Amino acid sequence: MAKQATLSRSSEDKVFDAVLYAIAALIIVIVLYPLIFIVSASLSDPTKVLGGEVWLLPKGVTVEAYANIMQNDKIWIGYRNTIFYTTVGTLINLVMTILAAYPLSRPDLPGRGPLMLIITLTMFFSGGLIPTYMLVKSLGMVDTMWALIVPGAIATYNLIVMRTYFQSSIPWELQEAAHMDGCTNWRLLVNIILPLSKPILAVMVLFYAVGHWNAFFGALIYIRNEALYPLQLVLRDILLISQSDVADSGIGLEDKILLAESIKYAVIIVSSLPVLVMYPFVQRHFVKGVMIGSIKG
Amino acid sequence: MESAQVDAAVAPLRRRSGRGGRLLRQMAKRYDLYLMLLLPMAWYLIFHYGPLYGLQIAFKNFNPGKGILGSPWIGFDHFERFFDSYYFGRLLWNTLTINLFSLLIAFPIPIFLALIVTEIRGKTFSKWLQNITYVPHFISVVVIVGILTVFLSPSTGPVNKLIEAFGGSPVRFMESAGWFKSIYIGSNIWQSMGWQSIIYIAALSGVNPDLYEAAKMDGASRLRRIWHVSLPGIVPVIVILLILDVGHFMNIGFEKILLMQNNLNLESSDVISTFVYTTGILKGEYSYTSAIGLFNSLINLTLLLLVNRFARKTSETSLW
Repeated sequence: MAKQATLSRSSEDKVFDAVLYAIAALIIVIVLYPLIFIVSASLSDPTKVLGGEVWLLPKGVTVEAYANIMQNDKIWIGYRNTIFYTTVGTLINLVMTILAAYPLSRPDLPGRGPLMLIITLTMFFSGGLIPTYMLVKSLGMVDTMWALIVPGAIATYNLIVMRTYFQSSIPWELQEAAHMDGCTNWRLLVNIILPLSKPILAVMVLFYAVGHWNAFFGALIYIRNEALYPLQLVLRDILLISQSDVADSGIGLEDKILLAESIKYAVIIVSSLPVLVMYPFVQRHFVKGVMIGSIKG
Repeated sequence: MESAQVDAAVAPLRRRSGRGGRLLRQMAKRYDLYLMLLLPMAWYLIFHYGPLYGLQIAFKNFNPGKGILGSPWIGFDHFERFFDSYYFGRLLWNTLTINLFSLLIAFPIPIFLALIVTEIRGKTFSKWLQNITYVPHFISVVVIVGILTVFLSPSTGPVNKLIEAFGGSPVRFMESAGWFKSIYIGSNIWQSMGWQSIIYIAALSGVNPDLYEAAKMDGASRLRRIWHVSLPGIVPVIVILLILDVGHFMNIGFEKILLMQNNLNLESSDVISTFVYTTGILKGEYSYTSAIGLFNSLINLTLLLLVNRFARKTSETSLW
């Protein structure tokens, strides 16, 4: 009888496993299919895409859509601007976050509690969109690149993650010993803390850089001058508003529409490529960042 | 040497006895830490507390010529105008329902996914499942809405091609008020279920394995073990994330809603935050929309406090 019980349990187990794998496979298909479709569509003959012939793999392979993008100045300007915003923005993010996170990680800092409270409160209450906009405007930042960099200089969540890391991963005794040897706090930070914090620095660079790369709302409200448009704003115009000037090179109206449609898929790929190519190499770090944040967030 | 210098500098302080003097001495000794904090704290005061100061225009008739201080006070007029407007009901209803549905439908899915990831025996497969489901998180919101537009296009999108193949007639998904909320929530799930599952996976790996063994000894099936061991083990994490979600309740997904919005689906896509953007930034009604923004923040704060209190009473887990 005992044998029968184990038997029935193991067959129940098998059914359970089968159901698990089936659901997991379904989830993978749902997540991957749209991505594969877009890659295939971007490489296919536009008439075949629009006619519904492309389902999974590209049909009538052509790189015409990509060639068209290459000739589009707006996309290049957007690309250049976004690279600038991402590098300069991330650098400023990093410096500001470290400058805030390190002192606040020190248990011997008088006033640490109130300072931390001032910072965490901002996660739950803000002046809102309009007063923020008016502030940025009164600082003369509207229509300058600074509007996309300075108002977002610190992400409070990232600051808390970094502070938690400093507190939990770097032994306090080490810092005390350095002080005994007459090491100043600046040297302590630069020569001891930061070299020991490479994993969290990597996570921060990634979090901030992806944020800058994908950001569009700041530019939407603060930037009017098209020469300063980041890639995401150019994308919005191409993908969601009108395609008329993207398709200027076409001859007839029908050709224009065709080109405009086919270009959309290629534009999606070109704009997401840097992040997606980097993804397999860095996803470990991202995951680590979320985990550190979850310890005390 | 450095500390000797500092000591000399604070020598006059030393004469003052008591705790105040000692505190000052401690602070002076760590003056360089405050120096580091100078720039970030100034930034917080300007960019987070500055707008709070500007918020007073919600109770004023803001006139750019007179500035924030010079504009005349008008009390609660803007709030009254908002509550009396014909769109007030629609905005509040859409804001609340979109977020409530998101919470009910989208919130449990990452938990479900995390359970699948941890229950699957094949470790390689489980890793693939995780890495694939994380990918959409990194796609920008503009691209997500772009993907939705091409996929759901009535003339050329694959979804409508499929509908036509089965003899149906094409649906204008993106221009339909009826479909808006489903598309919005569905695509949110697609984009973020993997990423949000990370915390739960971490929490599940922290559940004491002895508990599983004990449950197994007692003859509990795997489903029962999930229900009686896994889930109770991660309840604190679930509660905290739920509170944090409610903390952003009224603002979440604002960018995406704005991108998906058009005149034809406005009936169900018009929410408080997008209204503030279109009326405030685009039409320049600063005072009026500041008041609406304040109303939005207050509802949000109230919800957060209520949920936190409720959580503390029922599960003994809370943010504070």
